[in-house]
Amino acid sequence: MLRDITLGQYYQTESVIHRLDPRVKLGGTLLYIISLFLFRNFLGYGAAAVFLAAVIGLSHVPFKFIVKGMKAIVFLLLITVVFNLFLTPGTELVSVWKLTITVEGLRTAVTMAVRLTMLIIGSSLMTLTTTPNNLTDGMERMMRPLKVFKVPVHEVAMIMSIALRFIPILLEETDKIMKAQIARGADFETGNIVKRAKALVPLLVPLFISAFRRANDLAMAMEARCYRGGEGRTKMKPLVYEKRDRLGYLCIFVYLAVGITVGRLRF
Amino acid sequence: MGIIRTKDLVYEYVRRDEEGNVEGFTTAVDKVSLDVQAGEFIAILGHNGSGKSTLAKHINAILNPTEGTVWVDGMDTSKEEHVWDIRQRAGMVFQNPDNQIIGQVVEEDVGFGPENMGVPTREIWERVEESLKAVGMYEYRKHSPNKLSGGQKQRVSIAGVLAMHPKCIVLDEPTAMLDPKGRGEVVRAVRALNDVEGITVVLITHYMEEIIHADRVFVMDSGKIAMEGTPREIFSQVEKLQELRLDVPQVTLLAHELQKKGIRLPDGILTVEELADALAAGNEMH
Repeated sequence: MLRDITLGQYYQTESVIHRLDPRVKLGGTLLYIISLFLFRNFLGYGAAAVFLAAVIGLSHVPFKFIVKGMKAIVFLLLITVVFNLFLTPGTELVSVWKLTITVEGLRTAVTMAVRLTMLIIGSSLMTLTTTPNNLTDGMERMMRPLKVFKVPVHEVAMIMSIALRFIPILLEETDKIMKAQIARGADFETGNIVKRAKALVPLLVPLFISAFRRANDLAMAMEARCYRGGEGRTKMKPLVYEKRDRLGYLCIFVYLAVGITVGRLRF
Repeated sequence: MGIIRTKDLVYEYVRRDEEGNVEGFTTAVDKVSLDVQAGEFIAILGHNGSGKSTLAKHINAILNPTEGTVWVDGMDTSKEEHVWDIRQRAGMVFQNPDNQIIGQVVEEDVGFGPENMGVPTREIWERVEESLKAVGMYEYRKHSPNKLSGGQKQRVSIAGVLAMHPKCIVLDEPTAMLDPKGRGEVVRAVRALNDVEGITVVLITHYMEEIIHADRVFVMDSGKIAMEGTPREIFSQVEKLQELRLDVPQVTLLAHELQKKGIRLPDGILTVEELADALAAGNEMH
C-alpha cells in the first residue's frame, strides 16, 4: 500500500549509531565526505574503508540492505568511470579502435569509483540510522548560527517536518483521486509519454487544490495552538550531547587525523 | 461575568466575483449575545451555513468581530495583546483530524502547544502524559498519527489542546468526518473532560444525539440564535427543529408522533430507555 512508503529509507533497529545525536551524524558525514576528496593515495581510502566498515558494523544495518540502496546509482557510477577511463589524456596503456585507455585515466576512474561508492554508502548510512524527524531537528540546531544572516532556520525546519508528515497523507489522497478518475474512464497507463503526461492533469489539479486547502486548515490549527514562529519556543525533545556523542566526535577526529596524515603522503 | 461572553456579535464577510470585485456582504453571524459560565457544557446546533463555525472561530480569536465584542475570561478578543492568552485559555479542535495534527509521532503532536507557549521541557512531558491519559490514548504515544483511526486522531487533537491547560475547549464539528464508533469515542472523551476536569466545553455539531448531555443548547439559523434552552426544552419543540432543517433523533420523533396520536407522554424524550419507561408507566395507569 502507498501509505507504507517510508521516506529517507530509515532502517528501524537498536544500535549505538541509531542513538547517536543527529548533529554528530550530520557533522561526521560531512567531514567524512570532505576527507574522501583530500586523499592523494590509496592508503587514505583504506583508512576510510576501515572506518566505514566499523560504522556499518556498529549500526546493525545489514550490508545487503545498504547495497540495495546503491542500485539506483550504479548507472551514474558507470558513466563516470567510462568517461574518466577513455577521455583522460596521458600515457597510453591500451588502445582498441578509436578508444584509448591511459594510465592516468585508469587511475582517476578507479579513484572516482571508490570515492563515489564510499560517499554514497556513508551518506545513506546516515539516513538509514536517523529518523527524518531527528534529522530536521539536528539540521535546525546546526544551522542556528545562520540566523545572524537572517536565514529563517526554524521556519525551514518546520516546513521540512510538516512536509514529511503530509507526504503519506497526500500519497493516499493521490491514490483516491486516481481511483475516482479511473472509475470515470480516465486512462493513466496507455499511450506515449505526452499522452500520459496529459492524463496526469486531472489528477494534479484536484491534488493541488486539496493540498492548498489542507495548508490553510493546518495554518489555522497551528495558530490556534499558539504557534508564532521559533521565538520563545521550548523543545519537548531538546538535543543534548551525551557521553556517546562526545565519543562519536572523538572517533571522527581520530579518523580524520589518521586518514589525512596517511592519505596525503606522496610516494 | 461568564468565561465566554459575546455582545451583539456581528461578522460580515465580503463576497467577491471571479475578478475580485465586491459583490456584496454576507452576514455570517448576526447580533449574537451569549454568556457561558465556567464549567458548563454548551452545545451549538445548526445546519450547514448557519454561522456556528464562524461563531466558534471568534472564541479563539481566529476571527475578529465586524461589530460587537467577544470576551474570553474577561479579555476582549479584538485586542492584539490578548490574542495568545486567549488562544491558550480557549483551545480549539477542528473538523478534519488530518489537517490539525502537526507532529509525526502522537506525543510530539500533543507537545506542540506547550512548546509554543515556552513551557520547560520536563513539564511538557508531564502535560503530554496526563493529557494523553485523559483521552485514553497514552498507549499510542509512540505511534505515527497516520496509522490511527479517525476517532483516535480526534482524541489526539483534543489531548493536544488539553496539554495547553485551557479553561475552555471549543470543538468545531469534531465528529463530522468520523464513523459512528469514532463519534462515540470523541463524545465520551469530551464529556469526561467536562465531568472530571471541569473544563468548559463548547461543542458545535449538527448531530442531535451528541447534545443530549449538554447543560444548555443554542440552535443557530442564518447567523442568529433561533432557540435556546436545555436539551429537553429544545427537543420538545419537534416542529420548530424540523423547520430549522435539523434531524430530530428517532426516539424523540417517535415519542412526538405517539403524542400526536393521543398517547400521553412527557415532552422532549431523549433516549430509548426514557420512552420505554414512560410508555410502561402510562400502561400501568390505565
